[in-house]
Amino acid sequence: MKSYDAIVVGAGHNGLTNAAYLAKAGLDVVCVEKNDYIGGAAVSRNLYEDWWYSNCSYVCSLLRPEIYRSLELHKHGLQVTPYGGSVQFMENGDYYGSYHDHEVAYREMARFSRKDADAYKRYSADTMRQCRFIRDFLLSTAPDPTSFKPKDLMELARIGGKFMDMGEDRMYETIRFWTMSVAEYLDEYFETDVIKAAMSGSGIIGTALGIHSPGTAYVLLHHYMGDVDGNVGSWGFARGGMGAVSNAIAGALQAAGGEIRTEAGVDKFIVKNGKVSGVALDNGDEIHADIVVSAMDVKRTFLTCMDKSDLPKEFHNRVDNFKIRGSSGKVNIALDGLPDFPALPEGSSLMYSDMHFIDSMERMELAYDDWKDGRWSEDPYIDMVIPTLNDPTMAPPGKHFMSCFVQYCPHKIEGRDWSSEERDAFGQTVINQISNYSPNFKDLILHAEIRTPQDIEAEIGITEGNIFHGELTMDQLLFNRPIPGYAQYRTPIGGLYMCGSSTHPGGGVMAAPGANAAREILSDLKRPNTVPESFGDD
Amino acid sequence: MIRQPVHQGRLKTPFHSRLEKLDFVNEWHEWKGYSTPDSLYCSELEYFAIRNATAVFDLSPMTKYRISGADSLEYLNRLVTRDMGKIKPGRVAYAVWCDDQGQVIDDGTIFHLREGEYRICSQERHLEWLQASAIGFDVTIKHETDDIAGLAVQGPTSFSVLSNMGLDGLGDLKPFGLTHFDFQGSELMISRTGFTGDLGYELWIEPDKAEALWDALFEAGKLHGIRAIGVHALELARVEAGYLAPYEEFLPVDETVRTGHSRSPLELGLEWLVDFKKPNFNGRRALAEEKRKGSNWRLVKLDIEGNKVAVSSFIFENKKASKAAIGFVTSAVWSPVCKQNIALGSVRAPHGKPGDNVWVEIYYQREMHWSRYMAKATVVDKPFWFPPRRSATPPGPY
Amino acid sequence: MTDKYDAIVVGAGHNGLVCSALLAKAGKRVLVLEANEQVGGAAITREFADGYSVSACAHLLYQLQPEVRKDLKLSTRLASEDMTTIALHVDGKHLRLKGHEVEGVSDEDREQYRQFRKRMTRFSDLLRKYLNKPPPRLGTKNFKDLATLGQLGLDMRLLGKNEMREFLRLIGMNIHDEVNERFDSPLLKGAISLDSVLGTHLGPRSPNTIMTYLYRQAGDHGRSGVPAGGMGSVSNELAHAARAAGVTIRTAMPVKRVIVENGRATGVETESGERFDCLTVISNADPKRTMMELVGAKHFETGFARRIHHLRAKGNAAKLHLALDGLPAIAGLSKKDYAERIVIAPDEDYVERAFNPAKYGASSPAPVIEISFPSFRDETLAPTGKHVMSAVVQYAPYALKGGWTDAAKAEFEAAVIRTIERYAPDISERITASELLTPADIEREFHITGGHWHHAELTLDQFLFVRPVASAAQYSMPLEGLYLCGAGAHPGGGVSGAAGRNAARTILNREKAA
Repeated sequence: MKSYDAIVVGAGHNGLTNAAYLAKAGLDVVCVEKNDYIGGAAVSRNLYEDWWYSNCSYVCSLLRPEIYRSLELHKHGLQVTPYGGSVQFMENGDYYGSYHDHEVAYREMARFSRKDADAYKRYSADTMRQCRFIRDFLLSTAPDPTSFKPKDLMELARIGGKFMDMGEDRMYETIRFWTMSVAEYLDEYFETDVIKAAMSGSGIIGTALGIHSPGTAYVLLHHYMGDVDGNVGSWGFARGGMGAVSNAIAGALQAAGGEIRTEAGVDKFIVKNGKVSGVALDNGDEIHADIVVSAMDVKRTFLTCMDKSDLPKEFHNRVDNFKIRGSSGKVNIALDGLPDFPALPEGSSLMYSDMHFIDSMERMELAYDDWKDGRWSEDPYIDMVIPTLNDPTMAPPGKHFMSCFVQYCPHKIEGRDWSSEERDAFGQTVINQISNYSPNFKDLILHAEIRTPQDIEAEIGITEGNIFHGELTMDQLLFNRPIPGYAQYRTPIGGLYMCGSSTHPGGGVMAAPGANAAREILSDLKRPNTVPESFGDD
Repeated sequence: MIRQPVHQGRLKTPFHSRLEKLDFVNEWHEWKGYSTPDSLYCSELEYFAIRNATAVFDLSPMTKYRISGADSLEYLNRLVTRDMGKIKPGRVAYAVWCDDQGQVIDDGTIFHLREGEYRICSQERHLEWLQASAIGFDVTIKHETDDIAGLAVQGPTSFSVLSNMGLDGLGDLKPFGLTHFDFQGSELMISRTGFTGDLGYELWIEPDKAEALWDALFEAGKLHGIRAIGVHALELARVEAGYLAPYEEFLPVDETVRTGHSRSPLELGLEWLVDFKKPNFNGRRALAEEKRKGSNWRLVKLDIEGNKVAVSSFIFENKKASKAAIGFVTSAVWSPVCKQNIALGSVRAPHGKPGDNVWVEIYYQREMHWSRYMAKATVVDKPFWFPPRRSATPPGPY
Repeated sequence: MTDKYDAIVVGAGHNGLVCSALLAKAGKRVLVLEANEQVGGAAITREFADGYSVSACAHLLYQLQPEVRKDLKLSTRLASEDMTTIALHVDGKHLRLKGHEVEGVSDEDREQYRQFRKRMTRFSDLLRKYLNKPPPRLGTKNFKDLATLGQLGLDMRLLGKNEMREFLRLIGMNIHDEVNERFDSPLLKGAISLDSVLGTHLGPRSPNTIMTYLYRQAGDHGRSGVPAGGMGSVSNELAHAARAAGVTIRTAMPVKRVIVENGRATGVETESGERFDCLTVISNADPKRTMMELVGAKHFETGFARRIHHLRAKGNAAKLHLALDGLPAIAGLSKKDYAERIVIAPDEDYVERAFNPAKYGASSPAPVIEISFPSFRDETLAPTGKHVMSAVVQYAPYALKGGWTDAAKAEFEAAVIRTIERYAPDISERITASELLTPADIEREFHITGGHWHHAELTLDQFLFVRPVASAAQYSMPLEGLYLCGAGAHPGGGVSGAAGRNAARTILNREKAA
């Protein structure tokens, strides 16, 4: 049985990124993956004829440009194309579009409220200020506020300094921003329901929170802080689907001499005397290494793949109570042609945009109430895109791939497992909502893949299928993520590290957790750092 | 319900058809959603229309709000830093308005149209701020940008042109005065205002009569060298006159992401617009504090030696640039009328007092090759161009 | 001017009275003007039906700060003290919560509850320290601000590494997750959830509800009592202390406006047209009423006025008062249990579901309820043999869709009675008179905007440094001579006297510094 310097468990984008940076530092690395394909939740799957589905994550913006550049992902086949705008279809037959062009966006907003249109620039500046504040910390390890170590104190001082630089008034605004609900935050700028509904989506995507839950203004930021070529907040498609991201990182890993082993699911971490020495695979094989890095979520890492007795009791408890909640599902659809949306004028650029079918704050919140009661939303919030309008590689010419991210969708139906009828009914809910705005949509459906949180968990392994590997609430952010005292990628087990989205700065295809963990590991090994620094101010 | 989508491209101003006819170079850019010419035939010649004859600039895209209601004066007095009580009906005031921290949101002109009725005219849009400011006041705020077309008619012969149009009595109009005429059954408002630092007027009319007004104006100006101009020529004249432009000399604070990148009126040399005798106005507390403690920045007008334009230059204390820069140039041009190399800039106080010498780091390119040199500059306190004709009432027949 | 007061306090709520008494003790000439006939604001005892009296708004005393008691030498006599909370169970298997102990749950839950209470007590003690001083300003070089911030940092570290981590984790968290991490008993989870959401526009799943729980504990570790003679006694005692210190209190003198001259507050004018001059105007009214109505937005800068405009203050707590011809029979309660605090919140999801409609402007069909029978230990409140029930009921949103019409009130009252009936089947037969005070009624009667318990929502974005709004958290408002001393200022509502005391100290300190 071969030994390695390091084993990374899980070939999602974070695991691959982590392995790539370790390999670049000269470590003999293997990345093991339970499935027969790599990518975790950033994949392009051929599930129907010549269609390639981004069947989990579907858009790309948060991927840190520092990582993109330092791993030379373009050389490994990655190309991210920005797309513009979004549209909110309204029950009264109207729609609200948001456009790439500032003036057109202004005119559209002014159609509903000129005051809102004017307020938008203040909203952008205020939100961007918070983005700037946080972005700089994405590629750094969160300091431990209880520590007296120079490294932690210096990082705390740096954050404190940046905070102070905002000036008194904006410091208060920052405190408010981090604690408010997205609905209340938006209320301070806008008066038009549909405009607020359009903007509030980013405050709840992937979370088990409603738009009125305090703390969701921050989640908004989590979706805004990405960029495509410096266009902060804009989103893009990976050409070839999200698998292109994983494949490119895998390419970088292999170019640096790393190894990838698929169909190598980990059964247990091998722990002796509080130290890890390798992993035992499902097939009974063992692989040995002094460094083992888990890209799996924190619950799966410690509750499934480790014996309780190997962990300090308090830590085990904390992990047990870490909140990873299934709150969203996916419906992926192969289409025989492009559906019509009669509300949109012919040739509208909004055809290329993100589509949503909820037009009021009340409907947004009602969707959440269903989830709280253990049901999928009867009137869900859907984030729908048709990547094939931009990307010719994912479906045959003239045919299309549609990705529907659906919220809310619970991990269990009123506490019990999903039945297949319920899964179908959930899919039908989504299809019906879209059909309300597209009469020919149903007829164009060739194949639909319906994925509940339970399905995502079963296939990819993420607990409850949560896209962020853990809720983005204050008690699970920064130095609290995933577990207070273990927010620096290390674990109570010597040699065992975490690098998945359960760690700072969290999910979204950022690859920052993987990179940050690599930096900490290399520092523990006293190896030169291969992880890039943040580009800093922009 | 199929709805007309909002217009996707650039909008055309009410004068567009006339501008298009006079356009030879097809250089346009976007201004608040409208197409506006950079230049129509030759910026340099267009500039001399301002200084030598009559230049006509389409300023219809300027943002306009009508303020009316019982509290309109009190409202404006809380909004802007200067005392609007001194601005009688028929007068126009240049004003700045600030946020609570005393940072400039925008500057603009406020027209006292009739007793208790005002128009705010500014570069940027402010409906949200104006409405927030209206809480507790009996005022009505109406957005009227698209209801009024505007033309700047600027230059030494502008008075002659307008008189030739049959607008009698304009001679008595003092700078910053406004008056109303009848034009083909519509109200034509003329104010003696402008952005060129020269003799000049601004004409305001309903969009339907815009083309007719243009035609009448050009007919009347035929013998007085009337020319339509684009933004480039205006920009040259603006810097000579020492006027501020948003996004050049200051950034509207509500769009500023980085703290310290906005400016207060005191930092822009506009203390004369701040009336601390008023008990309350937006920014008063912060500005009083700033006045007590001293400002961080100072806006300077620079007379720079040599003839190489100091675009985007850093400003230093000494020629060796041995210490960190004390500021930067915000606008720079070669002034054709003054034959001076001039600039506006922002420097850290206490630098930049009138009469101070500073050094400007200039990069310039000659036939592909770049050179750098340090130019000595003197801080001046008067506008570079301030001809007597600008304020002569009645204006002479130039 | 001989007529000039050093300070005029607008509103004789408990905070206004505390503030005025402390100023007078420091030698100031103080006038308190109260709109209602009685002093006390929302802490009064009044008759609601012939022969029946009740604490009209606040009905339990659990937050009065020891500092206030000490400063004013109060010796409030309590009819009930250190009350047990009884969480009602439909089958009579009630829970009893007192201090760190809970009865009626598994041993595991009991031990967990002890741990939970210990931790919460530790944290609320830390919080309490800062409730009793003005919040520091951020980003200043002022020594006092820096010292307070430094102290806060130090106090957190003194909790120990582990507890500090827990504090930082829990402070933004929701109570729903915390109770589910610890307990099995639905009733226990419900009771704790209720304590976390009373008086707020939050449900147990709303992040921030651990903070509101802590806030509630930060008075007297959650121990509640009922003053003899109702809450009005506390107010009367405070008024007595104030008068003894030389304060002039005039009731039935609603203030129409604060007079602003030359950019400073110089006095007040009453509805009756009387004018009083002073150096300092201190408002015990809520921030919105103070700034927008009494002073007027025009006397402030736009940014501040806009912040006050956006201040969230929509009450959800209604009060139901019942005149009963005898105690209702609740299975499983002993006679003396009627002296305790009785709550209806069968589980945490029940509380959350009660909250749901409030988000859309509807009242809860199955509300959460906090009940006391103040007449049980206090005969002055009801005719002999008869009783008074006082209940806080949630959620009854201030901005009810369609408004609080008589029909809407009747419907909500019926929902409350229906809910109580499940536990006390004979309640309806016992009722001889009733009064429902919705937040709209509370606004009308007590002049609190939105009828909100805390004058402004108690969430982290309106707490500490940013209460009521950013840049005005130190009692002094951005208008010279104007101060806030009510629940809308730091630290918030509850009959604690903390805001009034902090405001008085701020004013006196400022004077010293000047």
